[in-house]
Amino acid sequence: MLADKDRIFTNLYGFESPGLDAARKRGNWDGTKAIIDLGPEAIVDIMKKSGLRGRGGAGFPTGMKWSFMPKEVKERPHYLVVNADESEPGTCKDRDILRHDPHTLVEGCLIASFAMRANACYVYVRGEFIREREALQRAVDEAYEAKLIGKDNIFGYPFDLYVHHGAGAYICGEETALLESLEGKKGQPRLKLPFPANVGLYGCPTTVNNVESIAVAPTILRRGAEWFAAIGRPNNTGTKVFCISGHVNKPCNVEEEMGIPLRELIERHAGGVRGGWDNLLAIIPGGASVPLLPKSICDDVLMDFDSLKNVQSGLGTAAVIVMDKSTDVVKAIQRLAYFYKHESCGQCTPCREGTGWMWRVLTRMQQGNSRPEEIDLLQEVTKEVEGHTICALGDAAAWPIQGLIRHFRPELERRMAAFKQAAE
Amino acid sequence: MSVRRLSADQPASFAFNDANAVRCEREIAKYPQGRQASAVIALLWIGQEQEGWVTKPMIEAVAKMLAMPYIRVLEVATFYTMFNLEPVGEHLVQVCTTTPCWLRGSDDVVAACKKHIAAAPHTVSADGKFSWMEVECLGACVNAPMLQIGKDFYEDLDGPKTEALLEAFRSGQTPKPGAGNGRHTSEPEGGALTLKDPQLYNGGYNRKPEAP
Repeated sequence: MLADKDRIFTNLYGFESPGLDAARKRGNWDGTKAIIDLGPEAIVDIMKKSGLRGRGGAGFPTGMKWSFMPKEVKERPHYLVVNADESEPGTCKDRDILRHDPHTLVEGCLIASFAMRANACYVYVRGEFIREREALQRAVDEAYEAKLIGKDNIFGYPFDLYVHHGAGAYICGEETALLESLEGKKGQPRLKLPFPANVGLYGCPTTVNNVESIAVAPTILRRGAEWFAAIGRPNNTGTKVFCISGHVNKPCNVEEEMGIPLRELIERHAGGVRGGWDNLLAIIPGGASVPLLPKSICDDVLMDFDSLKNVQSGLGTAAVIVMDKSTDVVKAIQRLAYFYKHESCGQCTPCREGTGWMWRVLTRMQQGNSRPEEIDLLQEVTKEVEGHTICALGDAAAWPIQGLIRHFRPELERRMAAFKQAAE
Repeated sequence: MSVRRLSADQPASFAFNDANAVRCEREIAKYPQGRQASAVIALLWIGQEQEGWVTKPMIEAVAKMLAMPYIRVLEVATFYTMFNLEPVGEHLVQVCTTTPCWLRGSDDVVAACKKHIAAAPHTVSADGKFSWMEVECLGACVNAPMLQIGKDFYEDLDGPKTEALLEAFRSGQTPKPGAGNGRHTSEPEGGALTLKDPQLYNGGYNRKPEAP
């Protein structure tokens, strides 16, 4: 188990004050000047060495992402945009950072912006998180007041931080949709190329990072790349906030070491699966978008990017959704299919039409009102949606269904046989 | 996607009240000159807080304030699902029914809303105090099932707790938001198992090592 001394979000549960004084006692804003004095190159270098991979789902190396920004500011200003549009079903980690440990994020925004030569940063908070954005705004106001940020802050690097909010659209968690939304448009993803590092917000070089990726940066820079890289496993380093929901005895958020066995994570922190480990049916290990895993894989899989990729799933946002044997697993995935149908932005035909089609077919399959050949047809349609859209929402809609077919095809067929028998 | 259209019944006019006009200015000031369209969501949101829902005159007023074509603001109002395009009850109850909440019993929360508010969603209750709707994941999954009323999340619910919550609102109280099963926030029920080392809270660990 991760020792308390190696935890970054020391106020994850909000037992202490989120305010500046208490945050300073927890070590936030300590030695920030010394970090800034390292200079942008050295900061990016430490982030690369730490092995931090983006915490928003895709797991792209954060240091490398930062290094894609132009090395000089020309006529177009640089921007950092923080993605706090946390909407992936199962995920509620950024919420705790925003409301309980906001100074980790504010300090991270300053340092990351400095490393990427940005003088302004926008934090895009999902619309529903009203109390959370109020909490973040309070922290931002405190930091301005204490001259930790602002045009004339004590670090001598002019920096402004703005809290922006959405109004209910999952798609705005996609980085280019987020930029469109931030510019005051519908949140419909842009084609890449160009990448945001060249043409992002207002046509300027922009980096979009997840809240957790930015909020861990100051602690990494304080304690060193070696410290962070020693936690977890090679290529999957550091700590991660896991959200454990569904059929466990004690659902909770917890910061743990990357690569912790899934079973240990659930039994140690969440009071175990309801009715015991043998009552487990399946687990979605990384938020709604990743394929579920049957119990046989859950028994010994490790919770990190590479281990979960090896079992044809993914770490995603590390939102662990547990389903015990009482679960109607087809209904669970059908409900996710509805989610993607609801949240498709409508721009690309395969996603706009495909998400609705897949949901309708799954709705019939949940009742068994379907033929076994249709399972193959459904599988084929998921493959037609996957990879044929501008953004990854199409993929995200396809993967849970592919996981269902991969691991629970006999259950689908059983229902169809039962339905047929009842009809006769 | 869902089809969202403006209500057939629209008021004649809209204007931000003085306090909200100031808030609008503050929002617009966050963005570079010429980029004031970035404030469109914030302005519509402030308008919705004032009126309860987004009206056609409001969209026209916001378009004028931000020098945007009307159609661009209309697009935004219809794209983002938190904008109510019809009047709602005094307390809008938004029940999360996505899989993590459903696994923990959101069906019972929905049943309580049907019983205490109205059989169909998007229907203002007879006393005008409530309307309810199902929404997609609200991001409080370890406190499922949950719902949002106004700005606040009410968490760790079940059928009876939801009924009690709605009754309390009906009688004019504002129940305490947050976790509903005795825990503080998102820690495991019965008390946190981590973050107990007192040195965490006096900066004992998270310090830059002194230069040698």
